[in-house]
Amino acid sequence: MTEQTGRAQFKNQDPPLWVAWHQALASIRVRFFRQLITSSGIALGIAFFVSMQMLRMAESTVAKDEARLTWLIGTSLIMCLVGVTNSMLMSVTERFREIGTIKCLGASDSFIVRVFFIEAALLGFFGSTLGSLLGIVLSIIVCRVSGLNPPYSAALSVLGLGIGMGIAMTVISAIAPAIQAAKMPAAAALRMDI
Amino acid sequence: MEQQTDVVVRTVNIVKQYGEGEALVRALSGISCEIYAGEYLSIMGPSGSGKSTFFNMIGGLDKPNEGSVFVNSVDIAQLTPRELAFLRCHTIGYIFQTFNLITVRTALENVTLPMLFAGVQPDDAEEKGMKLLDTVGLGHRYHHRPTELSGGQQQRVAIARALANSPAIILADEPTGNLDLKTGQEIIDLLKMLQSEHGVTIISATHDHKMLDVSDRIFHIRDGQLAEIETKADLVTA
Repeated sequence: MTEQTGRAQFKNQDPPLWVAWHQALASIRVRFFRQLITSSGIALGIAFFVSMQMLRMAESTVAKDEARLTWLIGTSLIMCLVGVTNSMLMSVTERFREIGTIKCLGASDSFIVRVFFIEAALLGFFGSTLGSLLGIVLSIIVCRVSGLNPPYSAALSVLGLGIGMGIAMTVISAIAPAIQAAKMPAAAALRMDI
Repeated sequence: MEQQTDVVVRTVNIVKQYGEGEALVRALSGISCEIYAGEYLSIMGPSGSGKSTFFNMIGGLDKPNEGSVFVNSVDIAQLTPRELAFLRCHTIGYIFQTFNLITVRTALENVTLPMLFAGVQPDDAEEKGMKLLDTVGLGHRYHHRPTELSGGQQQRVAIARALANSPAIILADEPTGNLDLKTGQEIIDLLKMLQSEHGVTIISATHDHKMLDVSDRIFHIRDGQLAEIETKADLVTA
């Protein structure tokens, strides 16, 4: 009977979104330098991918070597994926203790995941915007230098693609370990030493 | 004796083992006990005795392989993750040897965070947070980050944080383990004050003999079993 009444009072609600938002912002701000490196890793991967896309779009007078370009884009995509995943995995795993602590304070699993989601999305947005712009500018320069006609018209859609890809990759690669950490018993998360 | 009072935590034959096959380690082999509301309980035992494991079980930080833990008559194993989060938020306050403050937030934010999880309005949370920091004697350093505070000060912030939602139980895992003698004594005095003035149940794992003087009861854990229970009366006569 006491079990029943005890159960009835468990109506936990997540705190409003701004709590998660502040937590995410605080982590980015405090680890600013580290996060800068993480996002420049994302930026470089995306820049490579975007510049390859641009070059493929470039109207060339010489015959395009489609196979080689596809190969390059494939490679750039994998490089980008590995780089981004690695950075995000690191940034989550080094914070297992923090996750354990927040759990002890009464955070629900979904709150923890939400913080990492916001953080990853922000990092992904800045990193990939920067990377896409860099990639586009570089590829235009390369086109100019090698006498190709830069594909200005494609720039916007490539920019969108780059940013979209970047955010998707950062979020996915951060969320997977964050969910894993959030589901761990708090004691296990606290024990984790990096 | 005064121990006819309510039971806050009850464990029934809890067993916890880690690893499997040849590497199987039995950290706890069947502990049954009752912890009363408002007492100051110390859990002692050499390292590797299963003290920390036992501690994690009562705090709902880990689940036993066998047996059950009841906190306020609620079987922890039956709770969903969300209900468990609620229990941690409202019923239990945690203090760690390594302080475990959120390094990216200020002292005040560390204290208010559990209240925000409990659905307290931000302004009220801040007001109560400042009060709690005053209680532990750190009101003037509320805007400092944990890295800018000394060990003793960090532990004070951790205590204020543990008190945020007025929990019935405070679990302290070697709270003085990383502190010097004097600071350790201050932390013990603070915990004792909380118990005697606010009626909080304090459960603390410790090696520290200063801690034993203030305890109402002491559990001695050896080889994953509750070897001995000492009460204050035993200590005084000894």
